[in-house]
Amino acid sequence: MFYFIINRLAQALLVMAVVSAISFSLFNFVGDPVNNMVGQDATREQRIEIRQQLGLDDPILVQYQRFMINVAQGDFGLSYRIKQPVSQLILERLPATLELVFASAIIAVFIGIVLGVFTGIRRYSWVSKIIMSVSLIGVSLPTFIIGIGLIYLFAVYLRWLPSSGRAGVIEIGGWKTSLLTIDGWRSIILPAITLSLFQLTMILRLVRAEMLEVMRSDYIKFARARGLTNRAIHFGHALRNTLVPVITIIGLNIGGLIAYSVITETVFQWPGTGLMFIQAVDFVDVPIMAAYLIFVALLFVVINLIVDILYFVVDPRIRRGGS
Amino acid sequence: MSHLLEIKNLSVNFPSRRGQVAAVNQVSISVEKGEVLGLVGESGAGKSTVGNSVINLLEPPGYISGGEIIFDGIRIDQKSNEDMRKIRGAKIGTIFQDPQTSLNPLMTIGKQLSETLIETLKISGSSAREKSIELLESVGIPDPVERLNAYPHQFSGGMRQRVVIALALAGDPDLIIADEPTTALDVSIQKQILDLIKSLCKARNLGVIIVTHDIGVIAEIADRVAVMYNGQLVEQGTVKQVLQKPKHDYTKSLISAVPSGDQKLHRFTVVDYIDGSEEKVTLENVSDHWLSKNKSSETHKTAISVKDLSIEFSIRQALFRKNRIFLKAVDNVSLQIQTGESFGLVGESGSGKSTLARLIAGLYQPKSGEIDIFGHDVLQRNQKAKTSLIRRKMQMIFQDPYSSLNSRMTVEDIISEPIRFHRSTLNSNETSKVVNDLISFVGMPMTALKKYPHEFSGGQRQRISIARALASRPEILICDEPTSALDVSVQANILNLLKDLQEELSLTMLFISHDLPVIRQMCDRVAVMQNGKICEIAKTDTLFDDPQHEYSKHLLGLMPRMDLFRL
Amino acid sequence: MSETNKSSSRWQRFLDNDIVYSFFTTPGAIIAASITFIAITAAFAAPIIAPYNPFDPAQISLWDGKLPPAWADGGSPAYLLGTDNQGRDMLSTILYGGRISILVGIAAVFLGMLLGVTLGVISGYFGGLTDTIIMRIADVQLTIPGILVAILINGIGRAALPLELREEFAIYVVIVAIGLTDWPQFARVARGATLVEAEKEYVQAAKLIGLPKFTIILRHILPNTLRPVLVIATIGLALAIIAEATLSFLGQGIPPTTPSLGTLIRVGNEFLFSGLWWITFFPAIALIILVFSVNLLGDWMRDALNPKLR
Repeated sequence: MFYFIINRLAQALLVMAVVSAISFSLFNFVGDPVNNMVGQDATREQRIEIRQQLGLDDPILVQYQRFMINVAQGDFGLSYRIKQPVSQLILERLPATLELVFASAIIAVFIGIVLGVFTGIRRYSWVSKIIMSVSLIGVSLPTFIIGIGLIYLFAVYLRWLPSSGRAGVIEIGGWKTSLLTIDGWRSIILPAITLSLFQLTMILRLVRAEMLEVMRSDYIKFARARGLTNRAIHFGHALRNTLVPVITIIGLNIGGLIAYSVITETVFQWPGTGLMFIQAVDFVDVPIMAAYLIFVALLFVVINLIVDILYFVVDPRIRRGGS
Repeated sequence: MSHLLEIKNLSVNFPSRRGQVAAVNQVSISVEKGEVLGLVGESGAGKSTVGNSVINLLEPPGYISGGEIIFDGIRIDQKSNEDMRKIRGAKIGTIFQDPQTSLNPLMTIGKQLSETLIETLKISGSSAREKSIELLESVGIPDPVERLNAYPHQFSGGMRQRVVIALALAGDPDLIIADEPTTALDVSIQKQILDLIKSLCKARNLGVIIVTHDIGVIAEIADRVAVMYNGQLVEQGTVKQVLQKPKHDYTKSLISAVPSGDQKLHRFTVVDYIDGSEEKVTLENVSDHWLSKNKSSETHKTAISVKDLSIEFSIRQALFRKNRIFLKAVDNVSLQIQTGESFGLVGESGSGKSTLARLIAGLYQPKSGEIDIFGHDVLQRNQKAKTSLIRRKMQMIFQDPYSSLNSRMTVEDIISEPIRFHRSTLNSNETSKVVNDLISFVGMPMTALKKYPHEFSGGQRQRISIARALASRPEILICDEPTSALDVSVQANILNLLKDLQEELSLTMLFISHDLPVIRQMCDRVAVMQNGKICEIAKTDTLFDDPQHEYSKHLLGLMPRMDLFRL
Repeated sequence: MSETNKSSSRWQRFLDNDIVYSFFTTPGAIIAASITFIAITAAFAAPIIAPYNPFDPAQISLWDGKLPPAWADGGSPAYLLGTDNQGRDMLSTILYGGRISILVGIAAVFLGMLLGVTLGVISGYFGGLTDTIIMRIADVQLTIPGILVAILINGIGRAALPLELREEFAIYVVIVAIGLTDWPQFARVARGATLVEAEKEYVQAAKLIGLPKFTIILRHILPNTLRPVLVIATIGLALAIIAEATLSFLGQGIPPTTPSLGTLIRVGNEFLFSGLWWITFFPAIALIILVFSVNLLGDWMRDALNPKLR
C-alpha cells in the first residue's frame, strides 16, 4: 500500500515536473517575451528595462527556479493581452467551467452506467441493439457538431433555449454560480448535454464491454450453478466486479470532460477557462497558456490519485497485495 | 427401480456456419445415490457438455436436440429457466475445474456461502452463518470461523477448491457434478481433493458424476466408468471391468497408452485407433544424411555440466531492496549429463525444472554458477563466436504446441528458417530436399509444408516443432514437458518419435516432466527437483525401486494406482 | 480433410477464413467498408468528379452566392447542394474538403503508428530502463486528453513558424500535432502484444536457432502484433479525422484558403443564424458519415479479430 501510493505520488510529481518544464519553455521559445509585453514600438531602453525586470538575462536554471517558486505561490504573471494577473483571470472563470463539467459528468456517468449495465445484461434484446447502434453514432459525432445541431434546433428553430453565454449568475460566498436561477439552468442545459454526449457513449460502451467480460467469467457460471437468482448474479456479483475498471473509466471521463470543455465553451461562448485558453492560443498569450496547462495537469493528477485510492476501497486483492 | 439421474439418448448440437455439430450424440448414462460415476474422454469428446446439459447451463448456441434427462423420477430437460434455477444448487451441485476463477474475488467466502444457503435452503442469516461454519469444517478448512471473513485470494489453490466444494454442497444436493475438479491442482493436492469428494459421497449418500480426461483419476475414485469418444458413449461398466477388460477399441488404446510406472518397456503402446497419426519414415543411412553431418569433431564425454547454478526472480517490487522478495527458482544446482544419455528432470509445477532447462539453453542468464557445454564455458564473455556455435547444438521442444509455432509462417518457412539462416545447405534445392526429409522423418505428409500451424492438431504441431529443432542439426535436445498439453493417446506417439530420434541420431536428451511413468520410460538417469533444489540424482530403475530422498518417496506414492489396470 | 484442402483453391480458402466470413455475414461491416471506400475514392478523385473547382476564381461568381440546394425554393439545378457565401459549389467544396480531411487523418495515423509501434515493440522486447522511460513518457502524455495535447502542439507549432508561412504549413503542423497525440495508444498496444508474443515459445525457439534480435523482432514478433494495431489504427483514423475537424473548427487547423470539412463547418456556422443552414449542414453530414463508417468498420474489426468474443 505504502509503496503503491509512493509510486503513484512519484509519478504525479513527474507529470507535474514535465508539464511545468513545458510551460516554462513556452515562455522562452514561443515568441519574444519582451515584444509580447511592450509591443513593436517600444524604445530600446524600455526593452532593456523590461528584460531586466523580467530577469531574462539570468541563467536559464535560475529563471526556471524563479518560475517554479512563483507558480507554487499561484503567480503566473500578467496576461500579455489583457494585462491582468493570470491567476485572477483563471479564478474568475473557474466556476463556470467547473459547473459545466460537474453537470456533464452527472449526466454522462449516471446515464452511461445505467445503459451500459442494461445492454450488458440484456445483450440480445432489440432495445440493447438500438442503444448500441445509436451509441456508435454518438462516438462518431464530433462535439462541436452536436453543439451546432442543438443550437440550431433549440435556439434558432424552436427558440426554447438561449444559444450562448451563461445567464442568471449570482454570487454566493465568492463563488459565482448559475445553478440557482432558472435563466442559469436554461443556459447550462445545451452546453452540458453537448459536453456529456461523447463521454456518455464512451462510458456506456466500456461498461457494457466490462459487463460482458465479467458475465463470461467462471464465477458467474458457478454462481448460476449454485441456483442464485439473476438479480443476485447481476447486481451482487457482476456489477461489483465491473465497478473496478469503471472507476478508471470515470476518472478518465472527467479528464476528458475538462479537455472537451474547450470546444463546448467555444461553441456556446461559455465564459469558462476553456474559452479563455483557446483565445490565448489564438493570440499566443503565453502566460495564460502556461497557467492553463499546469492547472489542467494538476486537476488530472489529482483525479488519477483519487482513482488509485478508490481501487483500494473496492478491490481486496490490491489492498492485500500492496500492504 | 428408478435412478437418481438417468440420461436417455441425450444429443446436444452446436449450430455453426458449417452446419450442426453434434457435441453429444445419443448418450445414455445413469447414476445412483452413493455412487461415483466417472465420465472419461479426451478434450472435445463432449463429456463436459453432458454435465452442462444436466444443469441446463449449456454454452450458447448449444442446445439439447434430443433425448431425456430424468432426475429423481422427474424429467428436467424441458423445465423453464426459473424451475431449473431452483434445482441447481438445491438438488444438483456443481464443481468446476479452476478454483482460481470459480469464486467471486470481491466477496468474502462467508458472504458467498451464506448467500447460497439463504437462497437454496430458505434459512435466516444467523443460521446460515452457523451452517457455513459447519460446511467449511466438513470440507476440511481449519479455523472456519475466522476464515469466513477471508477473500478467495487469501486461500491456496487446494483450499480454494475445498471452498468450492463447500459451496456446491451448501444447498444439500443429492447429486454432484464435478467437471475436472483436480486438473488445475498440483499432484499432491489432487489426491486430497479426490479423497474428500469420495468420502463426502459415501458420508452423505450423494450421487457423483466426475468428468475427467485422466484415467488415473478414474482408477482412484470412480465406482463405475463411462467412456466417451467424439460425442458418443463407447463403453460403460464398473471400473474394474472397463480398465482390466476394455471391450471397445478406443478404450483399449486409451488404457494401453497410459505409460506404466512399474515396468520399463522398449516402446510405448501405440494407439492406432486415433486417426491422423502417420508412421514415421526411417531414413536409410542416417549417418550419411545431411542431418548427421557437421558433428563436433572432438567428442566430449560430458555433454552438459552445470555447477552451483542459481537464478532468482523478483516476486515483489519494493522501493528498498531489503523489502523486495525474491524467489530462488533454481538454487545451487549441480549436475552432469553424459553425451548420448537421456537424462530426466522431474518435479511438481514450480519446482524450477523448466527454469533450469532454460538456463542451460541460454534463454535466461543465471545469477551465479557455471554451465559447460561439451567442455566449453558458455557463460564467459569472450569467444562469443564459439559460444554461439556450441549453443546451436542445443535445441528445445516446448510444452505448448499452440504457442511454439509462429502462426504467421508456413510450416515450410518454419522448418527452413534455421537452415537458411545458418546457410547449412549448398543451395535452395538442397534446402527443400532436407525440409522434405525432415517432415517425413517426423511422420508428417509432405502436403503439410504449404500449410499454416493452425491447420494442425496439437500432436502434429509438436511433430513440426521437432522437425524445426532438427533443422539446426542439434546434438542435445531439451524436451520441456513435450507431451503434457497433449491427449494421452497422442502422447505415446510423440514419445516414441522422440525415443527413435534419440537412438537414430544418437542425441543427448534432457527430458523434463512432472509425469513419473513417462520419465521411467524415457530416461536413463533422473534428477528429482523440489523448490529449486535437486533432491536426488539416480539411475531411473534405482529411483523407482529404491528412492532415497523423502520427497522422491512422496512423489512416487502419488502415482495413480496402476494395479487396477493390470490383471 | 486433406482431400478437400487439396481441391480447394486459394480463393476458396480465403473465403473460408473466419474473418472474411464474418465480414461477408455482417451487413454493417459491408456497408461501412463500402462507404469508407467510396468516400476515400471520391475524395482522391475530387478534381475529376467534382462539378466545379472551388479554388479556381474563374469558376466562382459572387452572383451565385448563398444559393440553397437544388430542390429548395430558389435553388439552381447547376448547384446540387447549393453554394456558400462566396458562390462556391457546396458539393465540390465538400469533395475537396473531404480530401484534405482524409489525407490529414491517414497521414496523422500513419505517423502515430510508425512512432508508436516502433517505440512500443522496442519497449516490450527489450524491457528494463528503455521500457520504463518510453512508457513513462507515454503514461504522462496519456494523462492529458488527446485533443488538448493536439491543440497545444498545434499552437506551439504555429507560433514557432513565421507569420507568412503559417497558412502554407498549417496542414503539416496539424498532421504532426495529431500524429504526436496518437502515438502512446499505438505504443501501449504494440508493447502489450510484444510482451505476449515474446513470452511465447516460438520466440524462444527463434532465439535458440541463434537469430539476431532484429530478425526476431521483424520477422516473428512484428507480424503477430499487427492485428491489434490494425484495430487501433482504424479507430484512430476516425478519431484523427474528428481531431482535425475540431482543430479547424476552433480556427487552429486548416485555413479557409484550402478548407477541410472542419473549416467548412466553421465558416458555415457564421451563417447559421441567418438561416443559411446548408452551408454548415452538408459538410457536417459528410463528416459524420465518414467518421461513422470508419468507426463501424473499426468496431466490426475489433469484434472479428478478438478471438474471445467468437
